Amino acid sequence: MTKKTLFDKIWDKHLVHEEEGKPSLLYIDLHLVHEVTSPQAFEGLRESKREVRRPNLTFATMDHNVPTLNRTNIDDPISAQQIETLIKNCEEFGIKLFDLASPYQGIVHVIGPEQGLTKPGMTIVCGDSHTSTHGAFGSLAFGIGTSEVEHVLATQCLWQIKPKTFEVRVNGSRPKGVTAKDIILSIIGNIGTAGATGHVIEYTGQAISSLSMEQRMTICNMSIEGGARAGMISPDEITFEYLKDKPNMENIEVMIKDWDNLRTDEDAQFDKTLVLDANQMSPQVSWGTSPGMVTGVGNKVPNPKNIEDPIQRKSTEDALDYMGIKADTNITDIKLDTVFIGSCTNSRIEDLIAASKVFKGNKVASNINAIVVPGSQLVKYQAEKLGLDKIFKDAGCEWRESGCSMCLAMNPDKLSPGERCASTSNRNFEGRQGKGGRTHLVSPIMAAAAAVNGKFVDIRDYDIDWGDY
Amino acid sequence: MEKFINFKSKVMPLNSANVDTDQIIPKQFLKRIERTGFGEFLFFDWRFNDDGSPNNDFVLNKSEYAGSQILLAQDNFGCGSSREHAPWALRDYGFKVIISTSFADIFYNNSFKNGILPIIVDTDLLNNFFMSAQNNESYELSIDLNNQLIEDSDNKYSFDIDPFRKKCLLEGLDDIALTLVHSDKIDIYEKKYF
Ligand code: SF4
Repeated sequence: MTKKTLFDKIWDKHLVHEEEGKPSLLYIDLHLVHEVTSPQAFEGLRESKREVRRPNLTFATMDHNVPTLNRTNIDDPISAQQIETLIKNCEEFGIKLFDLASPYQGIVHVIGPEQGLTKPGMTIVCGDSHTSTHGAFGSLAFGIGTSEVEHVLATQCLWQIKPKTFEVRVNGSRPKGVTAKDIILSIIGNIGTAGATGHVIEYTGQAISSLSMEQRMTICNMSIEGGARAGMISPDEITFEYLKDKPNMENIEVMIKDWDNLRTDEDAQFDKTLVLDANQMSPQVSWGTSPGMVTGVGNKVPNPKNIEDPIQRKSTEDALDYMGIKADTNITDIKLDTVFIGSCTNSRIEDLIAASKVFKGNKVASNINAIVVPGSQLVKYQAEKLGLDKIFKDAGCEWRESGCSMCLAMNPDKLSPGERCASTSNRNFEGRQGKGGRTHLVSPIMAAAAAVNGKFVDIRDYDIDWGDY
Repeated sequence: MEKFINFKSKVMPLNSANVDTDQIIPKQFLKRIERTGFGEFLFFDWRFNDDGSPNNDFVLNKSEYAGSQILLAQDNFGCGSSREHAPWALRDYGFKVIISTSFADIFYNNSFKNGILPIIVDTDLLNNFFMSAQNNESYELSIDLNNQLIEDSDNKYSFDIDPFRKKCLLEGLDDIALTLVHSDKIDIYEKKYF
């Protein structure tokens, strides 16, 4: 029998129709919907008098533009309209919605796994590029545009050209203070933001398989920043253990038997492979305006003069210009104004526990505004049960309601022009966190340490027991 | 979707790599619930100064290039967010073809669904187009999708495109209608697995 990768197994099982030289029609097991990329899709359905084919495989939440303070009163009339529209659409088409009153509301990629909606072997789509997060469970999960949202609503299927497979193997074990976020930033720094275009990445190797589910989500989440269509990790005991106490898991023992066959066969072939060593990795800080512009905390910002390729040189110059940083600056000399801990990359309970260890008994530096935004209301509840909210507030952080918040600043949480932020989110594009705002991507513990010190510091200098984090 | 019709147009050179969808259409304009009306916000943060006046250094504001329906861009155009608002804005503004050395996957896919043809060329040819458009603002290219050709007054260059996507563009096919032809197969799939 031919050896198959995890990707091949899921792809083959979901083929509804295949024809030489054409995209394939794939069945979609789970469709997640949010307020920003769905209104036009529902409108399209109405115009063509179509129904949602499988409302019971479709779930909606509101996360992108909801305020994280005072959620009952949305000031921005256009945001309010978008949220109203989602409520109406879900009612009309019979879709379950986690609305602002729900104790389970949160960022779409946080609540899917939390609610046990995300399962190994599934095909999962959402009108949001970070859908790749769900690949941590050994599912094929990817972001789609609004036309495709409409298509999946109407047909529960999607036309796809078969992507290639890309194994990113991370051997070894992480040094202390190097988190999943640092692994994925190192990978992107290595392959570049278009390094995986046209491919689905499977992350393998000891440094990956030893990660918890939440950390695996952080890795898969940022696959898109390396240009990948999706990122995935073969399911294993850690996956099954995590899922056991989740809702919607009837007959889990039977399902586990199936899931156990999903992992990539030994000797299965990938279209390409990259091997990295976690032992060599350090805490990462992005210095530019694309996630590939990243370096170790002990390094300096690059100097465009040393770059030969003219296009790269110009991008580096433009980025430093926008970021207001001189070439050759030490990362640890970069002073900050804001620290944001949140987003679907790093707002789960393990992230908050780790960050709280840095804040405990410390104060946020006087030049810093620090805001902590849990990924879901459930994470918020868990954190408050552990007393983390108190640690954050005592240190001088703001503790908010869940949502995307300052990850994309569609709600009132945003940077002002020139403001510099250490952020646990996933994108540092120009203006991503507010027009003129400057974003440095880091792990939650690097962000917390930056908040306390008012500038970047090397988290490896802290003598803290991070546990498995 | 409208059918793609061959055309000839001026060419706008946007000399940036990794242009992300946050730049193409900044998030403050994603709150509309319609598909139209995004063109006026295209590249908003690059196009306008803080006081709302046009940024005259930005290529979209250069009158020489006004009316271009072809956009040239450096590597990895359309990376970042999956927002289809990006192709909506480009289309609404009047672009029908984007030429680059590579495109981000989701953007590439979204373009076809909105009647935009993204064309991938090699670095030499792209540089060649950039030079021509930058040195001569009346430089024009003809796009012939049927024969997969880009032509200027001197040369013809061929490009690759997936035959199915080409057919959809040329015929203006609605994806959903295409899929519903296979309804019986979807039914069979669902009976088997649900
Ligand atoms: S947290 Fe950020 S990246 Fe994640 S879904 Fe929200 S906006 Fe997108």
